Amino acid sequence: MKHLTEYRDGALVRRVLDDITRESTRPAVLMEVCGGQTHSFVRSGLDRMLPETITLVHGPGCPVCVTPLEVVDRALALARRPEVIFTSFGDMLRVPGTDGDLFSVRAAGGDVRVVYSPLDAVTIAAENPDREVVFFAIGFETTAPANAMSVAEAKRQGLPNYSVLVSHACVPGAMRAILGDSHNRVQAFLAAGHVCAVMGYHEYPPIAREFEVPIVVTGFEPVDLAHGVLTAVRQLESGRAEVENAYGRVVSEVGNVEAQVLINEVFELGDRVWRGIGMIPASGLHLRDAYRDFDACARFDVGAVHSEESARCIAGEILQGRRKPTDCAAFGTECTPENPLGATMVSSEGACAAYYRYERGPVCAGRVP
Amino acid sequence: MSDTARSPDRTCPLPLPHHDRIVLGHGSGGRLTADLVDRLFKPRLENPVLREGDDAAVVPAGALAESGEVALSTDAHIVRPLFFPGGDIGRLSICGTVNDLAMVGARPAWIAAAFIIEEGFATEDLDRIVRSAAAAAREAGVTVIAGDTKVAERGAVDGLFITTTGVGLVPTGRRSARANRVEPGDAVLVSGPLGDHGIAVLAARGDLALQTTIESDTAPLNGLVEALYASGAAVHALRDPTRGGAAAALNELAGASGVCVVIEEERVPVRREVAAACEILGFDPLHVANEGRLLAFVPEADVDRTLAAFHAQPYGAAACRIGRVEATPAGRVLLETGIGGTRIVDMPSGELLPRIC
Amino acid sequence: MCLGIPGRITELRDGPLRTGTVDFDGVTRTVCLACEPDAQVGDYVLVHVGFAISRIDEAEAHRTLEALRELGQLEEELGPERTDP
Repeated sequence: MKHLTEYRDGALVRRVLDDITRESTRPAVLMEVCGGQTHSFVRSGLDRMLPETITLVHGPGCPVCVTPLEVVDRALALARRPEVIFTSFGDMLRVPGTDGDLFSVRAAGGDVRVVYSPLDAVTIAAENPDREVVFFAIGFETTAPANAMSVAEAKRQGLPNYSVLVSHACVPGAMRAILGDSHNRVQAFLAAGHVCAVMGYHEYPPIAREFEVPIVVTGFEPVDLAHGVLTAVRQLESGRAEVENAYGRVVSEVGNVEAQVLINEVFELGDRVWRGIGMIPASGLHLRDAYRDFDACARFDVGAVHSEESARCIAGEILQGRRKPTDCAAFGTECTPENPLGATMVSSEGACAAYYRYERGPVCAGRVP
Repeated sequence: MSDTARSPDRTCPLPLPHHDRIVLGHGSGGRLTADLVDRLFKPRLENPVLREGDDAAVVPAGALAESGEVALSTDAHIVRPLFFPGGDIGRLSICGTVNDLAMVGARPAWIAAAFIIEEGFATEDLDRIVRSAAAAAREAGVTVIAGDTKVAERGAVDGLFITTTGVGLVPTGRRSARANRVEPGDAVLVSGPLGDHGIAVLAARGDLALQTTIESDTAPLNGLVEALYASGAAVHALRDPTRGGAAAALNELAGASGVCVVIEEERVPVRREVAAACEILGFDPLHVANEGRLLAFVPEADVDRTLAAFHAQPYGAAACRIGRVEATPAGRVLLETGIGGTRIVDMPSGELLPRIC
Repeated sequence: MCLGIPGRITELRDGPLRTGTVDFDGVTRTVCLACEPDAQVGDYVLVHVGFAISRIDEAEAHRTLEALRELGQLEEELGPERTDP
């Protein structure tokens, strides 16, 4: 695949790693903001190839992981309604609410459908005028344009039977929250490349200055990740704290202006609760008043939901980079992808699931002759 | 799929009285059932044992007595859609059981098939499916000697379910291939590219609106297995990586044999379209189902003759080596990644779902 | 967050919603191009959940790869043995 395969070139990765090793002289804690980057680090084994000076901590950028339990419970309540076709990205189906998950709702007779694109949910609404189609609109800035477009399209097509359950998160607020925490360990950020594809990176220089932390816009393939690490290490070694772009083929400083206009047309910035972390100011997107008719929570009365988190789960600390999945007593024993205590074990890009899948226990290496 | 040769002593099997659709009466055991069996199933699956029409198929015991071991396998088949690029549920139901038998080193001999049909199912579609099953059976050299047909009320079945049960014979003197016989020092080989079936079926469902030319690999693999034994290679274990893909199959074998299987990512054959679909949907090709591929474990010294035997077979032309077996860590499957890292290959947990992240 | 896959536009469909067919190495899908109004047939776009969020800058891609390939060459090769692309 052009623009993908080149960035999985083992020789090139090793070349960049050599430079990282040569130039990294002091301990450095780097946070990759995005769960997709965590997944890619662990899946390629790149995290274990970095020199010992570098510690990666995994960020909160997994929309599945940070969706509050209460919102998951609301989704379950909506999906149970007989008139509703509940549509969702595949990622959310396994996420446990207080009482079951979307799979169990489906098994009990709920009409739960996986869609690849929010626009496919709009098509389902157009094809089923006698049913109510609810789309579980989760995501970060990357997914916001597509989710916003689905609402705008439903409005344009005059579909009264389409609505969305919104749980949108925004990265800069979370980065500030992590850096402002008294327990913060993060010395440099690998910023989420696909969030920046939409939003650009003009929001980051004030953060870099205020907290004196390098921020490097980074892609997702092994070469991209190594490039991001090298760029961050060079800044740390030379005492700089700047915003740099190591994902130039996809990201520009201004980002995708049309997409930003679309997001602002449908959504507005507001406070939001992050699962495991709590309320973060100005870190979520909510439907604007003009689109209130498309809010599933306003359209359906699902009553009061009673949500209860597991007391044994340390996902919040993991999402803020304070602890690693393997620091958790329940990891791999009481908590597995099949029986998750918290969302970081559910989502395939959750840090706990990535560790469980790819790194638990010893790994050996030799060569086939 | 080629047409079935018709038995000379029977008239044209179609049209059935009643119709272009299966009705509940076709499963009632009365005249309609007899019509369906006589006119649709028997002519397609024609053989002397089936023709007898007894309550149970009766075969001579001689073949059993001459064999070292007898293998028995049963498999229930549900697939949506019933027809997909590269196959259909008929072909799948025969190949699935043929392959399960072949994977222990048995020669598949007889198949019994049970069809559970939804009321209202198009007779023409049933006919296509039975013809396809018959063609697959002929290709594999097995006979369908027993069968059953039931019709379930509309909504009780998703179109058609087929359960096949097969008996295979392990020739005297052949050491059967078993999940617990993998040894450190074995090489891991695969008979062709991985993931074709799972992606072909997923694309055919249409839910994800992906267009591709990928076809399912559904095929009987007993010819490949016979060629492997004929090559003189010491076959330790065989497995067809169906549901759960190669990752599940390798984990099962690593666990059963108490060994560590090490796979080299760069050697794992995956078609570019399958790789692309996996990128789009966030799948690991090692988790995607196959219905016409096998994994073979043979001693290092037998790799060349195994590959030569595979390459001479139509379903093994793209066979290659993908890894090796070590002693520890026991029960693990490891992947040496394309960039030189190492990670665990885990079983997929549940249904494969397209992900956004 | 967010799988984003590069694909090549093979067909454009103008309408109330700008869409097009994007080829991902042999797998094609209809993709919303509303936020890439200037993208043309032959361009590579980064697609997330059926939505193009960025146009790949091929020149920038080339520059990045070249810069990375040159890393460490001074240390490895004592001569100026640069290879042109």
